[in-house]
Amino acid sequence: MKIFAPVSIETRRLLPRSWDLLAGIFVLGAIIFCAEASREVIQPLASLAHNPVSLDPANLPNYAFRTALRMLVALAFSLLFTFTYATWAAKSTRAGIILVPLLDILQSVPILGFISVTVVFFLSLAPGKVLGAEIAAVFAIFTSQAWNMAFSFYQSLRTVPVELTEAGKMFGLTGWGRFWRIEAPFALPPLVWNMMMSMSGGWFFVVAAEAISVGHTSIVLPGIGSYIAAAIEAKSLISIAWAILAMLVVIVIFDQLLFRPLVAWADRFRIDSEPSEEEPESWALTMFRRSKLMDWLSSPFDMLMRWCYRLRPLNLGVKRVSDKSSAVLDWVFYAILIALGGYIVWSVAAFAGAAFSLHELIDASLRGLATFGRVVILIALASLIWTPIGIYVGLRPHLAQVIQPIAQFLAAFPANLVFPVAVSLIVAWDLNPDIWLSPLMVLGTQWYILFNVIAGASALPRELKDAASNFQVRGWLWWKKVGIPAVMPYYVTGAITASGGSWNAAIVAEVVSWGNKTLHAYGLGAYIADATAAGDFHRIVVGVFVMSFYVVILNRLFWRPLYWYAERKFRLA
Amino acid sequence: METLLEATNVRRSFPRPGGEELLVLDGVNVTLKEGEIVGLLGRSGSGKSTFLRLIAGLAKPQGGRLDYLGQPIDGPAGGIAMVFQSFALFPWLTVLENVQLGLEALALPEKEIRTRAIEAIDLIGLDGYESAYPRELSGGMRQRVGFARALVVHPNILLMDEPFSALDVLTAENLRTDLIELWQHKKLPIKSILLVTHNIEEAVQMCDRALLFSSNPGRVTTEIKIDLPHPRDRADPHFEDYVDRIYVEMTSRKIERQRNQQQTGVLPDAPITRISTSTLSGLIEALAAPQYGGKADLPDIASNLQLEVDELFPITEALQMLRLGDMEGGDIKLTHMGKLFAESETNVRKAIFQRTLVANVPFAAHIRKILDERTNHTAPRRRFIDELEDKFTEDAADETLRAITSWGRFAELFSYDAESETFSLENPT
Repeated sequence: MKIFAPVSIETRRLLPRSWDLLAGIFVLGAIIFCAEASREVIQPLASLAHNPVSLDPANLPNYAFRTALRMLVALAFSLLFTFTYATWAAKSTRAGIILVPLLDILQSVPILGFISVTVVFFLSLAPGKVLGAEIAAVFAIFTSQAWNMAFSFYQSLRTVPVELTEAGKMFGLTGWGRFWRIEAPFALPPLVWNMMMSMSGGWFFVVAAEAISVGHTSIVLPGIGSYIAAAIEAKSLISIAWAILAMLVVIVIFDQLLFRPLVAWADRFRIDSEPSEEEPESWALTMFRRSKLMDWLSSPFDMLMRWCYRLRPLNLGVKRVSDKSSAVLDWVFYAILIALGGYIVWSVAAFAGAAFSLHELIDASLRGLATFGRVVILIALASLIWTPIGIYVGLRPHLAQVIQPIAQFLAAFPANLVFPVAVSLIVAWDLNPDIWLSPLMVLGTQWYILFNVIAGASALPRELKDAASNFQVRGWLWWKKVGIPAVMPYYVTGAITASGGSWNAAIVAEVVSWGNKTLHAYGLGAYIADATAAGDFHRIVVGVFVMSFYVVILNRLFWRPLYWYAERKFRLA
Repeated sequence: METLLEATNVRRSFPRPGGEELLVLDGVNVTLKEGEIVGLLGRSGSGKSTFLRLIAGLAKPQGGRLDYLGQPIDGPAGGIAMVFQSFALFPWLTVLENVQLGLEALALPEKEIRTRAIEAIDLIGLDGYESAYPRELSGGMRQRVGFARALVVHPNILLMDEPFSALDVLTAENLRTDLIELWQHKKLPIKSILLVTHNIEEAVQMCDRALLFSSNPGRVTTEIKIDLPHPRDRADPHFEDYVDRIYVEMTSRKIERQRNQQQTGVLPDAPITRISTSTLSGLIEALAAPQYGGKADLPDIASNLQLEVDELFPITEALQMLRLGDMEGGDIKLTHMGKLFAESETNVRKAIFQRTLVANVPFAAHIRKILDERTNHTAPRRRFIDELEDKFTEDAADETLRAITSWGRFAELFSYDAESETFSLENPT
């Protein structure tokens, strides 16, 4: 019998593979588009006025690309922020003390608040250039993306299994090497999931971020968001439909070219060694993996990373810090912190004291109460509707397979697109805006409840379902003892997201216009929106402050205890 | 004695993606009478759990009859309660609430629910744990809750789906003994037990009758009456005789079938289970050890390697397929090649393995041939999986190709890059 030669025949091919062609087209396309966009960015601001946003759908591909690029740049900055801020917070106990609560507060600050306050500053960075406005827009999108990514990364870093860290130390990895080879990969799967959530959140605020209007400053950057703003002003439902279509296309492209490959790729970093039930697949990832061009493009980066793992920190003769001096350092740190805090309080008070009356504060608080009531009632209503439906769907895998992606898409879909329709109905039927504008707040956020509940119900193990039916548990008893408890932790997660999103949406939903008709509801969102339109910085600050306060209080006193209760009692081991 | 359950020619299949049907149960005949414990014994994947779910009314048979007390089973019946492999306790309910759940479903008066639940909890040795949550309990205690929950509804038939397999050896033994003792003293409010297990000793220890289940499709092939007084002693020679008899019964059938099949074409006759080459080497080395001298009793070597019999079967099968070992009755012995393999160094082992792989697994030789023929010496995985899927289901084809890939890699017959899913003749760089 013939014995084959061992497998060592070198047949490395130099000819391109067919995947290279496809990958090449993508890379080339991306380069050309970026060059085009960057040429426009350095134009003077006045050029924007010469080329106002046109409602001709032929312009939409270009607008869509500009918007997509802004979102990508914001995502890149969010990643940079995540890798630095969250790492710092996780690695340094001292920094963590202040950075973690700060992140919590930042998360609660309404996103539009950031825009109103910072736009002037960003414009001054590149005076007279479009670039300044672009930075402001990117920053606004960034604020809707960064916080939850940083939080997820921070939590992952805190839970890296000890044996992995120890293995890294034993193999002599430096801190830098450990970060890239152990900690970052470990944190990647949840981070990717949060990036997808962030991207959805970003879409909601694109409209506000691209058509910036603070007092007399009014800048309209070309993009889908400003296209929508123009369509609303022109009362053109057809244009809104075109914009929705363009947005759909961009969302699908992002999903196929960015997120699906990322999810499929990140799957290898899951820490459990069991193979996943269904390995996520992505044709784009297959393309990148099989293409020689990609190999060739990424190899310098690979080499750079490998080279830097080998770098050793210079031994500067620093002695180990003793416990005693570390305690002294602690005191120094706290002293600096207190001084800084005092300074900030003082300057805020000075700023506020100028025009900030108790009267304003009470007014804002009362309006906040109205918005608070709306959020509570609407989340309760949405829960009553979507929880049973979600459980019903989740228990039927075939149905869930169809409904789940739709619910996720609806959550990502910027609900403000359908606002105009709602406004025309309210005007036509002469309804009370205080009541009928409210549903708009949960229009986009209720889906979080639905898809989380579906996920929870599908996760119910078959044995538990079998046990329930074996013991003939049916009807109300089933809902009380099996269905509702099973989805509880998932429901709470969804409701927290929905509630936070609704507060943010209040600013957009409590003042809505369609052409020359504008509807107002009594609430904190309207207060902030009006202050922004009037360019009244004092009232913006008061509004943002009060809203953050409400959100933090609601989270601390209600959602967080509920979350931990649900986690403890209802989480399936 | 009254007949509680009668299964006649029960058939059950599952649809496969691609339209084909996977036949899990075919022509299953089982009778369960009052006062007996019957064990369904078979290897994992033989469909015994599916059969149990049919009896519990959790799924419906596609053919044949399934009668409980003379009536066809149509959905979960009141007199049939089940104990689950991984307990299936509701983590948000306390021990007491879990036990009461079945009674609440019967809409009994509050007071009766309470007394019966407490009774069952006391009977099964859980008093003091009423208000504990399942997560606070050890595995053994959790399964006791599972038993209490099933007993409290006073079922005629108690179905047990591998109830001890998620427990450690000592805990399982403890729970088994307690249960048999309660059964012997007629303290359990049930008339009969149907136990599904893959553990031969467990079946011999507990059952009055053991029904051996074959795989693909599952059906009862043999019935063995176990006529030993309780409590049964594992060291008793009669006990060991029963265990040996069942071992032989379960292995010989498989081999008979294999012998009767002639290899045709490059495709394997049956799906191949992935057994790592280190496991194979481990078994070969153990057999070659002076203690056995190349031949060993299956139950003996199984316990020596701390394996259960259903874990050993696929390994011995792989050994037979590669002609490194052979079966004789209940014994496994090394062939000439197997002995040579045991004595050699790694590189020689690889050469031997390559030779035997090419000779006995035509599909491995086929992959190598294709790679040799192609100018670039590479071929996508899809090319081979498609061939296998002509004959097997998607899962079976995947498992078979993984098995052959892992063996081919060890033998250095070819290499495989999982990322690009390509077979090639190049060494990974």
